Amino acid sequence: MTDDRPRAASGRPGPPRRGERGGDRPMTDRNARRPLVPKALRADFPIFDQTIAGKPLVYLDSAATAQKPRAVLEAMTRFYERDYANVHRAVHTLAGRATEAYEEAREAVRRFLGARSAAEIVFTRNTTGSLNLVAQAYARPRLGPGDEIVLTPLEHHANLLPWQRVARETGARLVFIEPTDDLRITEAAIDQAITPRTKIVALAHVSNVTGAVAPIAHAARRAHAVGAVIVVDAAQSAPHLPLDVRALDVDFLAFSGHKMLGPTGIGVLYAKEEHLRSMEPYEVGGEMIDRVTLFDATWREPPWKFEAGTPPIAEAIGLRAAIEYLEAIGMDAIEAHVVRLTNLAAEALANEPGVVVYGPRTDRHAVVAFNVGRIHAHDVSTILDAEGIAVRAGHHCAQPLMTRLGVPATVRASFYLYNDEDDVERLVVGVRRVKEFFGDVFGEPVPGDHRGSL
Amino acid sequence: MSLENLYREIIVDHYKHPRKRGTLEGSGVLAVELKNPSCGDRITLYVRREDDRLAAVRFVGEGCMISMSSASMMSALVEGKTADEAEALARAFFRLVQGKPLDRATEEALGDAVALQGVHQFPVRIKCATLAWKALELALAEGGAAAGSPDGTPAP
Repeated sequence: MTDDRPRAASGRPGPPRRGERGGDRPMTDRNARRPLVPKALRADFPIFDQTIAGKPLVYLDSAATAQKPRAVLEAMTRFYERDYANVHRAVHTLAGRATEAYEEAREAVRRFLGARSAAEIVFTRNTTGSLNLVAQAYARPRLGPGDEIVLTPLEHHANLLPWQRVARETGARLVFIEPTDDLRITEAAIDQAITPRTKIVALAHVSNVTGAVAPIAHAARRAHAVGAVIVVDAAQSAPHLPLDVRALDVDFLAFSGHKMLGPTGIGVLYAKEEHLRSMEPYEVGGEMIDRVTLFDATWREPPWKFEAGTPPIAEAIGLRAAIEYLEAIGMDAIEAHVVRLTNLAAEALANEPGVVVYGPRTDRHAVVAFNVGRIHAHDVSTILDAEGIAVRAGHHCAQPLMTRLGVPATVRASFYLYNDEDDVERLVVGVRRVKEFFGDVFGEPVPGDHRGSL
Repeated sequence: MSLENLYREIIVDHYKHPRKRGTLEGSGVLAVELKNPSCGDRITLYVRREDDRLAAVRFVGEGCMISMSSASMMSALVEGKTADEAEALARAFFRLVQGKPLDRATEEALGDAVALQGVHQFPVRIKCATLAWKALELALAEGGAAAGSPDGTPAP
């Protein structure tokens, strides 16, 4: 375990320490905890009430987007049917209910992240929207030639392209942390990349291709030691491990609702309030203003000054329902379950002759990227689809990483709380079927650099 | 739907033993690169035209079995044809992979490429099958080294 992120308070009950969320966990977390029984949980997800190609659906694409429990769908429907109105403007009853529900959703996110104040929670469209906001509204006015932005070559495009752009615009330089041969980000490599010239450190918490966890708390300490800020892409970690922004001491943290059982169209940007106060709005227009004259305007307080226009109201309410669903099971339990399944799958696949698994040997979170002999990932995916198994095939919006692996694409299986050992077994059997189908002609490994293989 | 129908022997054979794989150099050679950014498939098609004829056609690329076998079939088929004939074949191919009816003569004219008819039962794979043919269309339009982004919807 290379990660030094603090574990959520496992010694509960007890006085909450700073940075631990013991003091403000919701009732559902303490009193209504549900055991993590994937087969039982699947009954909460209407999508599993069907067959694909005549077989029960095995959904192994949650890293792309997660399925939705009925609690989320019903919360959104209920809002549309009974309470729907715009927020923050009108004074009629429905507007009051909608505003209250929207701000309660913000409070749920604050609690989920262990943030100090709801003013630190900005609702955006998705992770990409959050990261562009940081790059343009925080970084751009503060960077210049000679400044450095530290990234890794494993980043999802969402945490690469906004920095490429801001570097072009300001003359700042991108510096990449060198991963290990098995594609992990170590503390030593972070120490080497961060220098007094570093102004921004932007890292994925969990890689969407290798499933490796980056030592975020360490990176935050190093960044702060040189006066830089740290931006965390938590798109792949928020769904399945306990997050605590105060204990990690990160400046910015971004994730999407749809990968953690919530709806599409809503993302979160956590930012320390001092940063939000010092930033100009990213977009301007309705909702986010204080006073407007024909030639000038002033802004509302954070977080509202970063939420121009009508926000995703029902989506925020859906996200809250998703958070409460996750909390009722417990993020610790979800993490343990997902890590166990993922490592099981990685090992089983690596033991299949002709299959190459990319990334670290152990401690994998949620995703397993692999290839089957010389068979292209799309062809693998089509055969698995005929077995009722949904996986991702392609470059996973991480093209520089594919280049490093020396392959055009990989197959990616990703796991969540509704998956179980049977799904892993179905995947392995499906991969055997792929090999059978295409014959032993394709038994050699895919060409390229296999340093990342198990 | 049948996977055997999608991956017929002839398709696998073109993938394993691609016809017309390679590059062309020299004056009068047009190179068209086409990518599918959503999945990473890519092809570079080389065409040397002599008068109105596609005197030589070669391709290099990387992608799934459907996209690469389609490139092999297309290149072998259109080499030696006139631009008008090649364009008519491309139109016929787009109809084929959408499952639209073709008369027997047109089917025969498509040669090995008819094996990709089964793709119409796998709509998400249509863009794989059409990548090379879209590159051909660009080459015929003399789009130079233009790079395009097929959206998966075959041209009408």
